[in-house]
Amino acid sequence: MSEDATRAAETGASLYGLIAEFETVDKLLAAARRVHTEGFRKIDAYTPAPVHGLAEAMGYNDRRLSPLTLAGGVAGMLAGFMLCYWTSVIDYPINTGGRPLNSWPAFIVPTFETTILFAALSCFVGLIVLCGFPQPYHPVFNVPAVRERATSSGMFLAIEAEDPRFDRTATRQLLETAGAKDVYEVEA
Amino acid sequence: MLEKAKHFDPPETRFIAPGHTFGSITEKITSAVLTKRTPISWFIGFAVGFGLLQALMLGATWLLMRGVGLWGINQPAGWGFAIINFVWWIGIGHAGTLISAILLLFNQKWRMSISRAAEAMTIFAVMCAGLFPILHTGRPWLAAYWLFPYPNAMSLWPNFRSPLIWDVFAVSTYFTVSLVFWYTGLIPDLASLRDRTKHRLLQLFYGVLSLGWRGSARDWQRYELASLLLAGLSTPLVLSVHTVVSFDFATSLIPGWHATIFPPYFVAGAIYAGFAMVLTLMIPLRRIYGFEDFVTIRHLDNMAKVMLATGLIVFYGYQMEAFFAWYSANPYEWFMMTNRWTGPYAYLYWTLIFCNGVAPQALWFKRFRTKPLRLFGICMFVNVGMWLERFIIVPTSLSRDFLPSSWGMYHGTVWDWMIFVGTMGLFLTCFYLFIRVLPMLSIFEMRTLSPAATPKEESSHV
Repeated sequence: MSEDATRAAETGASLYGLIAEFETVDKLLAAARRVHTEGFRKIDAYTPAPVHGLAEAMGYNDRRLSPLTLAGGVAGMLAGFMLCYWTSVIDYPINTGGRPLNSWPAFIVPTFETTILFAALSCFVGLIVLCGFPQPYHPVFNVPAVRERATSSGMFLAIEAEDPRFDRTATRQLLETAGAKDVYEVEA
Repeated sequence: MLEKAKHFDPPETRFIAPGHTFGSITEKITSAVLTKRTPISWFIGFAVGFGLLQALMLGATWLLMRGVGLWGINQPAGWGFAIINFVWWIGIGHAGTLISAILLLFNQKWRMSISRAAEAMTIFAVMCAGLFPILHTGRPWLAAYWLFPYPNAMSLWPNFRSPLIWDVFAVSTYFTVSLVFWYTGLIPDLASLRDRTKHRLLQLFYGVLSLGWRGSARDWQRYELASLLLAGLSTPLVLSVHTVVSFDFATSLIPGWHATIFPPYFVAGAIYAGFAMVLTLMIPLRRIYGFEDFVTIRHLDNMAKVMLATGLIVFYGYQMEAFFAWYSANPYEWFMMTNRWTGPYAYLYWTLIFCNGVAPQALWFKRFRTKPLRLFGICMFVNVGMWLERFIIVPTSLSRDFLPSSWGMYHGTVWDWMIFVGTMGLFLTCFYLFIRVLPMLSIFEMRTLSPAATPKEESSHV
C-alpha cells in the first residue's frame, strides 16, 4: 500500500479514484484506449487543450447539442414570426400604404434574428447544462498536480473507484504500465 | 517531419514561433494578466480612454437635458453624426465575428491568436454603436415602447415593417450572440487563470467565471461542438447585421440611398473597417506585451490581404454607385453623383477615395504588408476613410434631395464631435480594462498550435 493510500485510510477519507499523469498526448491517448479496452467505463481525461479523438477513445460521443440548437432555432423562428404576426395583424392592425396586414416579407428580418438568437442561447445553455456547470467542487482538484497543471500543461487520465473493475493496486499497475509518469490517489 | 519543417519555414510564414510548449504559452499569456507590474503604456492608454470618456458623459448628459437640437441635424438633413457613427462602429465590430466564426468554419489556424482581442473589439464596438440609436431618440426612456416589443399601457407595438425596428433586432441579437460566443471562448482560459493565480480573491473571481471548468475530455468534446455551432450561427448573423443596417438607407427613396448594391457593399466595408481596427489594436499590443511570437508577421500579412480584398470590393462599390447613377438615366441620381464629386462635400469625397481606394493599394506589395509600422499607417487611412464613407452617404444625399427649395447643409456641432470622440473613449476604456483582467489571446487555442497538442498518428496525415 502506498503512502498516500495509507494516509487516506488513516484519515478515513474515501477514494474517488486514481489519476495518472502522462507526458505526451500520444501516451495519454494510448492509455485511454487501453483502459477502455480493458473494460473500464467510469473514466475521464483532463487536458489543457482539446485533443481530437480522446473522448471517442474512451467511448464518449455526445452529439446532443446539435438537435438542441436546432430546436432552439425552430422555437425562435416561430416566436419571432408569431410576434410580428400577432402585433401587426391581430392586436394592432394598421394599414400602411395598402399593404396586406400579414406583409410577411417585412417580417423575415425580425424572424431571422430571433431564430439565431434562440438557437445560440439554447446552444450555450445546452453546453452549460450538459457539462454540469456551474460546478464549484470536483474531487480531482484535491490532487495538487491536477490543480497546478491540468489547465496549463499536464495531461491526466482518471479512473473512478466506482467502476466495477476498479482495484486500488491492479488499476494503479495498469496505469503505470500504460506509460503514466505519476499516479495519484484522488480523495472524494 | 515537424522538426524538418521548422528549419525551412522562413519566420514570416509561421503562425507561432518555434519551441513553444503548453506551459510556455500559458505562462506568457497569463503573466500579462497576473503580473503585479502593469506596463506604463497601459496607464497612459487607459488615462487617454477614460479622459475621452468624460466627453461622452458630458455630451450625453447635456443632450438628454436639452434635446437633439444641440446636434447639427436640421431640415433637410435629419440624420447626422448619430447614424454615421452608428454604422461606423457596428462595421468595426464585424471583423471580430468574421475572425472568430467564418475563419473557424474554414479551419484557418491563423485566426487563433487574434480571435480573442478581435471578439472583445466587436463587443465594445457594438456597445459604442448601440449608444447612438438610443441617444438620437433624445428621450430614450420614452423610446422603449416603440423600439422593444413589450406589452405597454398604451397597447402600442413597434412597427415590424420598419427597417429601424429590424435594426433593433439585428443589433441586439448581434450583441447578445457575440457576448455568448466570447464568454464561451473564455471559459477554459478563465480556468487557467484560476489555477495559476495565488491571490484568494482572484481565485474566487476567475473560479466563479470559469464555472468549474477542469478540461475534461467529455467537456472538451461538447465544447468544440458548441463552438462550431455558435460559429455556424454567427456567420449568417454577421452578414445579416450590416445588410439590415444598409436597409435603413436602401429601403428609402432618397437619391444615393435607394440602391441594391448597399447590402454587399456595406458588409464588405464593415469587414474592411473591422480588419483595419484589429490591426490598429494588435500592432501596438504585440509590441508592448512581447507577443511577437504569437501574433506573427504572417498574421499581419494575412489580415492585410483580407483588407486588400475587401477594400477592392468597397472600391468597386464606389464605381458601381457612379456607374448606376449614370446608367439609370435618373437626373436625381446623376445630380447626387456629380454633387459628390464637385459639390460642397467634394473635398471629403476625394479624401475618402484617397483613404479607402488609393492608399490601400500599397497592400499589393509585401513590403507594406509585413512591416508593422507601414501597415499601421495604412490602417489609419482606412479607419478615417470608412468614417468618411458613412459621412458621404448620409449628408450628401440628405442635403440635396429632389427639390432645390428644400436644400440645406449639414455640419456636426461641437456636441456631435464630443459624443463621437467620447465613444472612442468608451471603447478604449473597455478595451484597456479587458487586456488587464482577461487573457488577450486565446490560450487554449494557442496551445493547439503547439506540436505537443497533436497526436502523432494525426500529424502524420498532415
